[in-house]
Amino acid sequence: MLTAAGLARSHYLPFSGWLEKTPPARIAQKRDEAERAFHRVGITFAVYGEDGGTERLIPFDIVPRIIPADEWKLLERGLRQRVQALNLFLHDIYHEQAILKAGRLPAERVLNNAQFRPEMRGMDVPGGIYAHIAGVDVVRAGEGEYYVLEDNLRVPSGVSYMLENRKMMMRLFPELFATQSIRPVQHYPDLLLENLRTVAPSGEELPTVAVLTPGAHNSAYYEHAFLAQQMGVELVEGQDLFVQNETVYMRTTRGPQRVHVLYRRVDDDFLDPRAFRTDSMIGVPGLFAAYRAGRVTLANAIGTGVADDKSIYPYVGEMIRFYLAEEPVLNNVPTYLCHRAEDRAYVLEHLPELVVKETHGAGGYGMLVGPASTAAERETFRARILAHPDQYIAQPTLALSTCPTFVESGLAPRHIDLRPYVLSGKTVDLVPGGLTRVALREGSLVVNSSQGGGTKDTWVLAG
Amino acid sequence: MLCRTANELFWMSRHIERAENMARMLDVTYRMSLLPYEVVEPGLAWAEPWSVPLVTSGLATEYYERFAELSAQNVLRFLILDATNPSSIFCCLRAARESARSVRGAITSEMYEDLNSAWLEIRRVDFARVEADGVSEFLDWVKMRSHLFRGVTFGTMLRDEAYHFIRLGTHLERADNTARILDVKYHTLLPSAADVGGAVDYYQWGALLRSVSGFESYRKIYSDVITPRRVAELLILREDMPRSLHACMNFIHETLERICDPSTREVERSAGELHAKLHYGKTDDIIRFGLHEYLVDFLARISTLGNDISRHFLVPSY
Repeated sequence: MLTAAGLARSHYLPFSGWLEKTPPARIAQKRDEAERAFHRVGITFAVYGEDGGTERLIPFDIVPRIIPADEWKLLERGLRQRVQALNLFLHDIYHEQAILKAGRLPAERVLNNAQFRPEMRGMDVPGGIYAHIAGVDVVRAGEGEYYVLEDNLRVPSGVSYMLENRKMMMRLFPELFATQSIRPVQHYPDLLLENLRTVAPSGEELPTVAVLTPGAHNSAYYEHAFLAQQMGVELVEGQDLFVQNETVYMRTTRGPQRVHVLYRRVDDDFLDPRAFRTDSMIGVPGLFAAYRAGRVTLANAIGTGVADDKSIYPYVGEMIRFYLAEEPVLNNVPTYLCHRAEDRAYVLEHLPELVVKETHGAGGYGMLVGPASTAAERETFRARILAHPDQYIAQPTLALSTCPTFVESGLAPRHIDLRPYVLSGKTVDLVPGGLTRVALREGSLVVNSSQGGGTKDTWVLAG
Repeated sequence: MLCRTANELFWMSRHIERAENMARMLDVTYRMSLLPYEVVEPGLAWAEPWSVPLVTSGLATEYYERFAELSAQNVLRFLILDATNPSSIFCCLRAARESARSVRGAITSEMYEDLNSAWLEIRRVDFARVEADGVSEFLDWVKMRSHLFRGVTFGTMLRDEAYHFIRLGTHLERADNTARILDVKYHTLLPSAADVGGAVDYYQWGALLRSVSGFESYRKIYSDVITPRRVAELLILREDMPRSLHACMNFIHETLERICDPSTREVERSAGELHAKLHYGKTDDIIRFGLHEYLVDFLARISTLGNDISRHFLVPSY
């Protein structure tokens, strides 16, 4: 929010002016109101590793993150380009594998990747779309340019917070929306439903869409229920579905009803005990066979994890050049792959400056933030990297942008990132905005909710 | 709609109704316990007022596994806040909220928020507070939360299948519970046979009527002294009395007519049969048959109907 000289960037001026004029007591009262409302509405998430049934609120901060129109325009262009290339890449590696044959990406990184699903080879999915919903994590750093941190192409979550945060801000501070042109995001569920309908098995005029959830104990259950309700479709669990003659049906009070598109929030491994993990209790036996027969569409497709793997990430720029013959609009963070001898040597020498991540890790677990680490932590990571070099990557610590945030001592700058949601069907669409996550601990770069991160409303200004 | 969703909604409303009726049952017991009575045979525990809610809800065995003595405080503890007794008010609200949470897309957000805030409130209540504020105060709160939820449901929900299954759950549970509350009087002994029709008898029937919000209605309809025959008529046969068995069966039959299709017609038929028994029933016949016997028979039939609904709609075997 601040410039190098410590001044508020111009698009924050109306807001900071409002903040100065508003009595602190009113702000405190509004923050209280927000917390109570989130509790009552039940926008909670379950925390893994804590006692069963723990429901926690993700801290919500009332200071919005504001993105000016021209920055968003660039972001939007870059995000569309990136997700398009990633979908082309997924289609390619499960078909001709042209990019591997051209030597633009080392074949073994793809083919030996645990996320590569040989079962998907040669199978066509509607429209060639694999990642129908992509949550791309971006940060603003250095001189203000945007970097992509991660492409989440499996079951990205968090979009319900984007929508609920906006609803909350409009309820708490309607005057802010009346005096500024903030672009709306509330039509996301309509856009999602429209996109899901366009990828139904061919010949379906009025396809039935359903959201598949692992169940009420999943950490993102609130979101699954929320999206199903907002789209007006059924929220199903594995036990509600069965497969007969390679066709998927729901058990309803009026007998079996066919399902054409499943927006599934269940990981690949657990989808079908007959095809993947046999111990899955939340899957649907026979689902994969129905999928292969083209009788049901899964969104996202099976096997997208190979494209958002951290060891594939460094090659996304190459994918954009290869498939679209364009230069990438958004930057990648320079990445050291620990399985390369020279990269590894550099990483081990520079641990205090780098961020080390597990290639398959997610949720901020299993990562080392060099500048904040202790010598002992660095030694642990050194040993781990040496034992399994192919499971680690490292990146320089970026000077992430900050946004003022309410903490115990008052307003203070905290690091933020942004996850916009890119929808691919017949067209590629996104709403102007995303989920802004904020690291609440001073100096921390980790924004994940499981690690004590919070969220903010994200305002994209009309140009 | 999904069978699982229908099942959760059905049980959500049953549990809320059960919590409300448990409060009513405790309310009538509390009122009766304030009336004079004599221990006819010392040691005959079931003759004490506080054994009545345990007997009529079928929880006496579970109670005596946990408590050696029968006392007002123990019974209240057991039936109000005991987190290990699935029929306690606390557990009913928890179960209702869990059901609502697992199918929250099928109800309106107002409904979920209302139920969730009731749950957040009861979670903070401990027994010392219930005693300090007065038991009646707490029981009134439970009834009020149930009314509120029903009102929110009535005022915000689309009249779709989900709504019908909610209604079905409410009225099936209410029919069962009204029959049990009415049976309370059978289990409550009078000081002596000579007291039948006397002052204590009168007050006991009055307390029972109050517990099902029927006292004022009784006065309006009969403008006369309270007699057991009329109480039975009011709570069994009068269809304009919203907690009567007849009124409940009206709702149940009407709802089943809407949701049954040719493959589930049998459920509607058996509900219709039970409904007809009330629609064309006569008070004299009930009294001649024996009020207690009549209620026992009704409870068995309503339980069979609940099982049929479950088998056909909620937990199908295909």
